[in-house]
Amino acid sequence: MRERREWLLFALLIGPNLFLFGVFTYWPLLYNFYLSFVSWNFLRPRKRFVWFENYLDVFSQPQFWTIVWNTVIFALFSVGLTLLIGLALALLLNQPLRYRNGARAVLFSPVIMSGAVVAVVWSYIFDPRYGLIDQLLGLIGLNSPNWLGDPAWAMPAVIMVYVWKNLGYAVVIYLAGLQGIPRELYDAARVDGAGPWDRFWHVTLPGLSPVAFFLSVTSILATFQAFDIIKVLTNGGPVIATTTLIFHLYDLGFVSYNAGEAGVIAIVLFAIMLILTIIQLRYLEQRVAYS
Amino acid sequence: MALSEEITLTRTLETSWRTPRLWRFAGYLAMLATVIVIGLPVYWTVSAAFKTTGEIYRIPVTWFPAEPTLANFPQAWNAAPFERYYLNSFITTLGGMAAEVTLAIMSAYALAFLRFPRKQLVFLLLLAALMIPVEITIVPNYLTVARLGWINTYAGIIIPGAAIAYGTFLLRQAFLSLPYEVIEAARVDGAGHLRIMFNVVMPMAQPAIVTMALLSMVAKWNDFLWPLIVTNTTNMRTLPIGIFWLRNSEGLINWGVIMAGSLFLIIPVLIVFLMVQRYIVDGIAAGAVKG
Repeated sequence: MRERREWLLFALLIGPNLFLFGVFTYWPLLYNFYLSFVSWNFLRPRKRFVWFENYLDVFSQPQFWTIVWNTVIFALFSVGLTLLIGLALALLLNQPLRYRNGARAVLFSPVIMSGAVVAVVWSYIFDPRYGLIDQLLGLIGLNSPNWLGDPAWAMPAVIMVYVWKNLGYAVVIYLAGLQGIPRELYDAARVDGAGPWDRFWHVTLPGLSPVAFFLSVTSILATFQAFDIIKVLTNGGPVIATTTLIFHLYDLGFVSYNAGEAGVIAIVLFAIMLILTIIQLRYLEQRVAYS
Repeated sequence: MALSEEITLTRTLETSWRTPRLWRFAGYLAMLATVIVIGLPVYWTVSAAFKTTGEIYRIPVTWFPAEPTLANFPQAWNAAPFERYYLNSFITTLGGMAAEVTLAIMSAYALAFLRFPRKQLVFLLLLAALMIPVEITIVPNYLTVARLGWINTYAGIIIPGAAIAYGTFLLRQAFLSLPYEVIEAARVDGAGHLRIMFNVVMPMAQPAIVTMALLSMVAKWNDFLWPLIVTNTTNMRTLPIGIFWLRNSEGLINWGVIMAGSLFLIIPVLIVFLMVQRYIVDGIAAGAVKG
């Protein structure tokens, strides 16, 4: 009796959360699978079942592969730069310097800003005639490229804004990782006569590797979900120079009203992100097992 | 204990004595450069907000407003219904945050303290929800919300994103680390589960709950993709969507006004962030390092 009451309370407490997940997370996932097999424009009362036609259509468009390439380039450069610069800055802020907490706060503040407003601000900064970057390049006698209007420069511009906004997150995580490396390891290395360079290579870097792994997976996942900056800064353009998979999904769904092909992109995105998450969970399991 | 403290102390003295002045100087210089690189875009925004349109389009571009003006602020405020945007953002942020915090506390309590025959399954269902990103659910959720008649409503903005997995795990962890004797004592005194949840667990886990609430608040306040999809009238837009449309309608004409409008978004967030920085930054770091 008592036990039954406890089960009931459990169900009541967790029920609303699970119900909402059912309606707005699991069901949409299944429904995406269904949509990816139909031809539908959101308006026609009937959806036509077309088997794999949407998949064939999507995969045979050369622009789809450009978009996949864009997504990969955006992920690799954003994450690579964030991780490298973030590491350097975390090592700097881990030194006993005065005002380092203030610097950390400044570094972190773009993380909590809205991506939309950040992109609005940067669209002015990128202005080729009156923007901040043109100003700075002017100081060394260079002219600004047409950042957002030139297909060759639009992606670097998006990456720059993305790194600027998210750098502080990496720094904070790295700093937590650095503080987690046991002091005794440094002491032991010192006793063994290791210089600062050796200590960095043999103590700091291996000690940071779990944190770096966590950061790289979560950051890659985050780039696959990055929408606001691209939408506001370049709207996926010029042409499709900055269109990534998530932007393409939005575009197919809410601009072209092609529910079927949007479903295909959703499934592709889900598959990629699922693989990344599983890799991460596997790794975490191993870590737990060994430690 | 005392000995090792002494050793650390001497070494700190030793290193600070041995660290070449030049290195410290380089450290401060690097820190200053970082702060400038991160802060410059924000400075540029502020300075443009106080410039006249004539000055913004004057070459060479000025670093400081030559004839500072406040005119951009009322102009921005009147160019878009900002009071309405603020109201919408407050309602959807507070509503969304309240829903997430409530659901997370309820779910976390159930997972941490209640028995249930299929608990492992429930746990897995929540874990699976973590792997399905919101972004891929937009098309089916749009259809659901449209069928419910929730387009352009607060319910439509808030409810599809109200379920919470990450926060549930965060709080479950926090609840499990509370001293068990206190909870047991309350139980012996005859307190039921709801009493224990409200009067014992929640007060003791307050820091974790506050951190979770703040992270949820930031995410809701900055949310862009979903409110963009689910609203199509000006009076239902939230601030990030509003600033995006303001930029699009003002185009490349009136940067001073757009930057003033951007500050309407940036300033409140920065003020709140500086007040609660510790909670947010430490919360994020703790979540990452614990894995």
